[in-house]
Amino acid sequence: MEFFANLVPNFVWDIWNSLPPLVQYLTIVTWKILFVTIGVILIVAFSTYFERKVIGSMQARVGPNRVGPLGLGQPFADVIKLLIKEVIVPAKSNRFLFVIAPLLTLIPALATWAVIPLNDWYVIADINAGLLYVLALTSVGVYGVILAGWATNSKYAFLGAMRSAAQIVAYEIAMGFALVGILMAAGSLNLGDIVRAQGGGFLNWFWLPLFPLFLVYWISGVAETNRAPFDVAEGESEIVAGFHVEYSGVAFALFFLAEYANMVLISTLTAIFFLGGWASPFEGLAFLEQYHDLPLIGWVFGGGFPWLFIKMCFFMYTFFWLRATFPRYRYDQIMRLGWKVFIPITIIWIVVEGAMAWFEVGPWAGLTG
Amino acid sequence: MVRSRALGRVDRLGADAMNRMMSYVKTFALWELLKGLSVTQRNFFRKSVTLEYPDEKTPQSPRFRGLHALRRYPNGEERCIACKLCEAVCPALAITIESNVGEDGTRRTSRYDIDLFKCIYCGFCEEACPVDAIVETRLHEYHMEAPGENIMTKDKLLAVGEKYDAMISADKAADAKYR
Repeated sequence: MEFFANLVPNFVWDIWNSLPPLVQYLTIVTWKILFVTIGVILIVAFSTYFERKVIGSMQARVGPNRVGPLGLGQPFADVIKLLIKEVIVPAKSNRFLFVIAPLLTLIPALATWAVIPLNDWYVIADINAGLLYVLALTSVGVYGVILAGWATNSKYAFLGAMRSAAQIVAYEIAMGFALVGILMAAGSLNLGDIVRAQGGGFLNWFWLPLFPLFLVYWISGVAETNRAPFDVAEGESEIVAGFHVEYSGVAFALFFLAEYANMVLISTLTAIFFLGGWASPFEGLAFLEQYHDLPLIGWVFGGGFPWLFIKMCFFMYTFFWLRATFPRYRYDQIMRLGWKVFIPITIIWIVVEGAMAWFEVGPWAGLTG
Repeated sequence: MVRSRALGRVDRLGADAMNRMMSYVKTFALWELLKGLSVTQRNFFRKSVTLEYPDEKTPQSPRFRGLHALRRYPNGEERCIACKLCEAVCPALAITIESNVGEDGTRRTSRYDIDLFKCIYCGFCEEACPVDAIVETRLHEYHMEAPGENIMTKDKLLAVGEKYDAMISADKAADAKYR
């Protein structure tokens, strides 16, 4: 840090220090927001590329390889194509809602990043009710889908919206209960504290004591983002493209961006809740502690943003892997899984957690000390 | 006798309960799902079978039936004698021939048109030809840009034959022993 501080000439620091604290704070936060948003959008762009590559490999194809070296220019080609296309608003649609719906799906997906800690100190808003904020915003995203389906004034879009609404109501509950388990284990709603509660290496992360909740949360997350095998909301064999059937150009690009931003978000959240966020799996090994402060590779042993990124990539890969493997669920099976399997499992495991806390095993060891 | 039958039923019930237990265990261990995932993961590491078409091409048989051509003898004389056997055998009625007497007093075509939109590339014209004049080459990458370009006139057919003469001769020679 000091090295970078010395690069900036002194008079800049003088000006900076003369600014009122509020302005300093706002400047820092704005830069943090810009950094995270651009990062998320870049990850989204390249995850579309990697999705096509991964699924291609699984189907013995090569995937995109024409634009730029290894086809890495493909995301930009896609984006430019979508940007220069015309946005067609159907004549009998509700114009205002039709235009605003893609924004309503995208904004919550990006706004949730405000409370996500990227490492020990990088978090835009370190609020205590972080978990509630995450739950609230991930639920708001479905309004965009429902409004898009309704405003389009097309039966396919409407069917897609209805399916999406019912599905998200069902899985939101299981997801919420899974987070209750996290809350019980971590004893905090602040995402940074949740990660810190998992300190001490691979076996101290919450995936082990909360394994059923881990699976339920992850599968609900896949359902929540309307991804295969839960993609009935846009099931192309039945209802063309579902809620975004009439969207084109930039409006469609926003839906696309929102879907992938939600995937990245769910992957990151799962990593934070169950795989220890930025923590290193080697943490807690005494003989490695001397390496925690190494300049470039210290994060491997001490933890840091790269670990969160690696964990997020693993879950993104699992998204693509699931999509390449499973056929779409039948609609009644989705409802059965959500209401009759996941919710009972989460409730049972919350009771089990209560018992574990009572007998002070796992993360609750030494709680009353 | 009665007793053993009753015992058998108890055994069967026991086996049923065991099977149901096992199926529950398998369901909650996501056994079938993991099996499916392992299949896709194995394929992930398998080499792709894609042939990148404009850069790479599949091998072609010398019998490939593509664009048509009319051939000449090595001395430059047209092979076609306007016997119209190809026109007669063509199942798609794609060939139209008109003939008259040529400068040297032999029968020659004055018009030889093949409509590529009608042609089904069956190769019967080539089979029917007694002098190996009309042939189908291995060319398959051609296109039409304007209406009417789908008609291969005699001049166009002869031009194809001249341009790809070496290739056509080699293909016919390679296939000759099977005819």
